[in-house]
Amino acid sequence: MATLSLDSVKKQFAATQVLHGIDLEVADGEMIVVVGASGCGKSTLLRIVAGLETATSGHVRIDGRDVTALEPADRDIAMVFQNYALYPHMSVFENMAYGLKIRGMKPAEIRRRVDEAAQMLEIGALLERKPRQLSGGQRQRVAMGRAVVREPKLFLFDEPLSNLDAKLRVQMRAEIRRLQKRLGVTSLFVTHDQVEAMTLGDRLVVMHQGRAAQVASPMEVWGRPADTYVASFIGSPAMNFLAATMEPGGGAAALKAGLAIGFTDGPRAGEAGMPLTLGIRPEHIQLGQGGLDLAVDLVEPLGSETVIHGTIRGGETLTVRLPIPARGIGAVLPVILPWDAFHIFDGSSGRRIEPA
Amino acid sequence: MSATMDLEADRLARATIRRNARNRWIAYVTLSLGVLIFAFPIWLTLVGSSHDASTIGRGDVPLWFGPHAISNYVSAWLTGGEATRTTRSVPAWVMLWNSLNMAVLIAVGKIAISLLSAFAVVFFSFPGRMIAFWLIFITLMLPVEVRIIPTFEVMVNLGLINTMTGLVVPLIASATATLLFRQFFLTIPDEYVEAAKIDGAGPLRFFKDVVLPLSVTNIAALFVILFIYGWNQYLWPLLIVSDRDLETVVVGMTKMIGNGDAQNEWNIIMATAVLAMLPPVAVVVFMQRWFVKGLTETEK
Repeated sequence: MATLSLDSVKKQFAATQVLHGIDLEVADGEMIVVVGASGCGKSTLLRIVAGLETATSGHVRIDGRDVTALEPADRDIAMVFQNYALYPHMSVFENMAYGLKIRGMKPAEIRRRVDEAAQMLEIGALLERKPRQLSGGQRQRVAMGRAVVREPKLFLFDEPLSNLDAKLRVQMRAEIRRLQKRLGVTSLFVTHDQVEAMTLGDRLVVMHQGRAAQVASPMEVWGRPADTYVASFIGSPAMNFLAATMEPGGGAAALKAGLAIGFTDGPRAGEAGMPLTLGIRPEHIQLGQGGLDLAVDLVEPLGSETVIHGTIRGGETLTVRLPIPARGIGAVLPVILPWDAFHIFDGSSGRRIEPA
Repeated sequence: MSATMDLEADRLARATIRRNARNRWIAYVTLSLGVLIFAFPIWLTLVGSSHDASTIGRGDVPLWFGPHAISNYVSAWLTGGEATRTTRSVPAWVMLWNSLNMAVLIAVGKIAISLLSAFAVVFFSFPGRMIAFWLIFITLMLPVEVRIIPTFEVMVNLGLINTMTGLVVPLIASATATLLFRQFFLTIPDEYVEAAKIDGAGPLRFFKDVVLPLSVTNIAALFVILFIYGWNQYLWPLLIVSDRDLETVVVGMTKMIGNGDAQNEWNIIMATAVLAMLPPVAVVVFMQRWFVKGLTETEK
């Protein structure tokens, strides 16, 4: 049980700045998911917390203690790797016990802890097996078990679900969350999967090009994305962006496509004619007359729902997700863009503009 | 219509069977020829070791066994034949014992040193790491034969002439084995190293608990190759050892072939040759399973 605090952690590999100063405060027992596309620096961040990489500058504190200069073994952490990194020549029991054995724990205590963790993870019957005799899901559990027996201050997860098939991933996701809540161990979970991020995290850190683009709860990130990158990264299909300009008075925007959109939550600061990017999620667009005509390119049936890709006047693309079956969708679809569903971003910086 | 098609299919099928039979026959003949060429000298040696000295001495080359096998082997094992005016004879068991010692020490020494140097080169980053690796690599171009004179001088200065140490140590350094282990270590995923770091295992602990167990099959395969390499050493033992009590069987056998002062005891020489073949054969047969495993599969 511990807090984690990152203080302007920077990392540079040769000429490449990978992390541009990350600040983060993680409360005791909190599950933080670090999410971002590949190459955004999320794994580097995790490895710096683990001590497998050293930060170029900045500090890592676990429970108030500065661990920046400590070896991984002295940080009181446990890590679950993407490919699990189970020692292939050791049995499940030996794999789980190895870290405890090295720390000089008594065999009886090791036995007790491993048995307890194995029971909790339902791998009690597998203790004598070798990793290669296990299925992917079982290996995943063993890797978790190895972390659990250590009773560490911090769990670190490095994309642990990405090697599992889709069905198992959903199941293990729920299990990891349940286990983490039950043990109450502060956790850092790295993933590139936005669904994993949304479902697992108490809070998300959305990383973009070495910076934390937004740190907030999943619903906050979804409902009030801090910039166009976060807005496009979280949510599937991705948010639509439409070019627009500010109307005089800041109470509305004129879409390039020729429609005026009023700001229902209050006027924005900014000169008339300032470039804006208006975002709207595909699921918020409705069918109906009086809005825009969508020239349909592609229809993706998802059973009860349908995702429709098309272009609007002016050539901008628009994706619409409708709760109707795919049959009978014509070449041109009249859609309505509800005003209150829009997110307003600065057209040049991409940052969200809140009501003044 | 269908009858003619059936006939056609039948004809094709029979042609295929005939062709397969012919191919098989060619394969067998080729293989038999190969076996004959490789095995014939060994057969001659085996047969020769079962006749008395005068039969071979007359210039006959018998193709079937004679009646003297037991006495030949006993005499080769215990005395190494009769001493001549210039050289005394060495019993085969002494030479075999020396060869065994040398081969095992070379194989074990080479494996130990290459394991450690490959471990250092792969898992540690230190200044000059690649230079160290390339220096080791370059020695591939300097086999014992090339550096034999300076090596001999060093051994003389160290007073290691006529010692097992002098015999073994210069042959132990091995770029080949280092290279082999390096390639294998490179296939060990970084995650194992990182997991071990988080588990709190230091480098030597990681070496002992993870690297060594994963390398077992490679070590076994290499042992077979290096044992035979050591067993077959000729030039270096010939130079460094003049004391006949330290003589290895490969060198000793050639010394049994005289310089014309006396008739060669070919029967004893053949028997010694057969004895000298046995340990490498035993090692290969015994370790074949690991050998093949080590060369073909990796446990990951």
